[in-house]
Amino acid sequence: MNKELISANVKDKVFKVFAITCTGMALLTLLILIIDILIKGLSRINWSFFVNLPSRHPEQSGIYTALAGMVSLLFITLIIALPIGILSGIYLQEYGNRNRLAKFIEINISNLAGVPSVIYGILGLELFVRMAGFGNSILSGALTLALLIMPVIIVSTREAIKAVPDTMREAAFGLGATKLQTIWRVVLPASFGGILTGVILSISRAIGETAPLIVVGALAYVPFIPEGPMDQYTSLPIQIFNWTSRPQQGFIDNAAAGIIVLLVFTFLLNGIAVVLRNRWYRKTTA
Amino acid sequence: MGVVYLFRHLPSMYSKYICTQLGHLLQEKLIIMMNKFRFEYCLLIGTLFLCSCFKEYKGKINIDGSSTVYPLTEAVAEEFRKVDPDIRVTVGISGTGGGFKKFLRGETDISNASRPISKSELEISRTNGIEFIEIPVSYDGMAIVVSPKNTFVDYFTVAELKTMWSPESQGKINTWKQVRASWPDKPLKLYGAGTSSGTYDYFTEAINGKAKASRGDYTASEDDNVLVQGVSSDVNGMGYFGLAYYMENKKKLKLVPVKLTPEAKAIFPSEETVQDGTYQPLSRPEFIYVNVKSASKPFVKDFIKFYLAHAAPLATEIGSVPLPPEVYQLSFKRFLNHTTGSMFENKSTVGVNLFKLLSDKK
Repeated sequence: MNKELISANVKDKVFKVFAITCTGMALLTLLILIIDILIKGLSRINWSFFVNLPSRHPEQSGIYTALAGMVSLLFITLIIALPIGILSGIYLQEYGNRNRLAKFIEINISNLAGVPSVIYGILGLELFVRMAGFGNSILSGALTLALLIMPVIIVSTREAIKAVPDTMREAAFGLGATKLQTIWRVVLPASFGGILTGVILSISRAIGETAPLIVVGALAYVPFIPEGPMDQYTSLPIQIFNWTSRPQQGFIDNAAAGIIVLLVFTFLLNGIAVVLRNRWYRKTTA
Repeated sequence: MGVVYLFRHLPSMYSKYICTQLGHLLQEKLIIMMNKFRFEYCLLIGTLFLCSCFKEYKGKINIDGSSTVYPLTEAVAEEFRKVDPDIRVTVGISGTGGGFKKFLRGETDISNASRPISKSELEISRTNGIEFIEIPVSYDGMAIVVSPKNTFVDYFTVAELKTMWSPESQGKINTWKQVRASWPDKPLKLYGAGTSSGTYDYFTEAINGKAKASRGDYTASEDDNVLVQGVSSDVNGMGYFGLAYYMENKKKLKLVPVKLTPEAKAIFPSEETVQDGTYQPLSRPEFIYVNVKSASKPFVKDFIKFYLAHAAPLATEIGSVPLPPEVYQLSFKRFLNHTTGSMFENKSTVGVNLFKLLSDKK
């Protein structure tokens, strides 16, 4: 009896040490990666890096157009993905909750969330670039990215709406509100924080995508800022990808600097998502 | 989306007028609605943004294709922008094959290529009615390297390279001793280009006699920097990649000269030996392909003229090897004459003399 207890205790401790080592290894890898990138790239981060055009001289090369391309790409992506994603989420949760179609759609959405991003690129190439005739424009890229992040938005919208207590809906109905009014005035405001969290997380997914963008025709050398959705564009991940494959050390450093900018973006977005989630939980549980 | 399509095909003046009218209308509505619905507010801004895409430019040149030729074309485009900033030149990196796919659909004006157009691509060009002008722009030498700690390798003959890399060697040739009897019985670790790169196509054709015929059991990467890392940290490593990557990493690698035949002199790749064709068979020409329809546009003509006039110093600057000056002149004549078709339809680029070839064609 006593022996068994001791061996169980030992097992417990061994497992704990094992788990800590695993976590430590993951963190250490991340740390080494970040330190390596900071050492290489930090010296390149200055004002001119943000406002210069791409160039063959690594020290004169900048991410101005890449950054502009990325921001306008994300902007249009959101304009397309937000309404469709959120409304789909509302439909699935509030209207079609129990019917077979909704269940079928639900399974498909979960599947879509796991499809490799390059597949979306191939779909976008055929559908938007060629059939719809948008060419290698920001619009094609944004539509493709919108497809990519829509499952995330739909799922998080559903989760957020699910968390709204039924008592609130019943209260609204009790006051004579229609279903539309209930959803628009009660459910959506109450779940706003949760939906926003999902949206921000989906942006941070879209921000680092390279493969589907290369497939739908994002370019590497674009010496101008896109002025509309039909313009050609480049994006920061593509600029990084291009720089890492160049022989000169200067470009490798540029790539590291680009990665720092991208990391800061993602950290910021994830940080905002965490803050919003905390606030929203406090509000709904209070 | 239909709206965008419609606007694109309206004359720009009308669309601008409609846009401003629409803009005023939307603005009025906006003020009323702003307080009510945030989502609709976002949508309206989006619509306004969509209307802003009708600016006219003097000219647009779309370039895509090989990532090996990209640095040179980027350098030319960068310099050209200083001369004529109203011409929008964009360059993509879809790879030689991916670039040709777009080029043969008429989506791009110029295609960068690290190998000549292939037979199957030529067939597509005929069915699609795309005519093109083939212009060589630079050389790329392929460096054969081993680890700097490797003391016994003095040179490779082409036959020895074939022993190492041919498809038949897969799983059989595993030690240095098997390549040359005087070398030690140490494991042979190979690093080479990934199957989708033009470097792979060229190396296999030059060494094994057939494009894409190679053993598969080696460390492959499309990113030459990965190969540099691999060979430099492996005492028994041996690899091949673009000369520019060796030049940037001289301290980490040992360059190995190549003998065309066992009796020939061992030649190191350098700007001179690649340019004058003595470094054989591992130096290859790189090309741009110009769509004939685009070539008749004056600003495309200006761009090509500028390209060929400035390619030599720019190629040296980015670590590539320029062609001899007379080849650039002949190429420009070829472009002005609108000589279409490929010089390499029934011919390999291995060991080719561009000057002779271009003179013959004329």
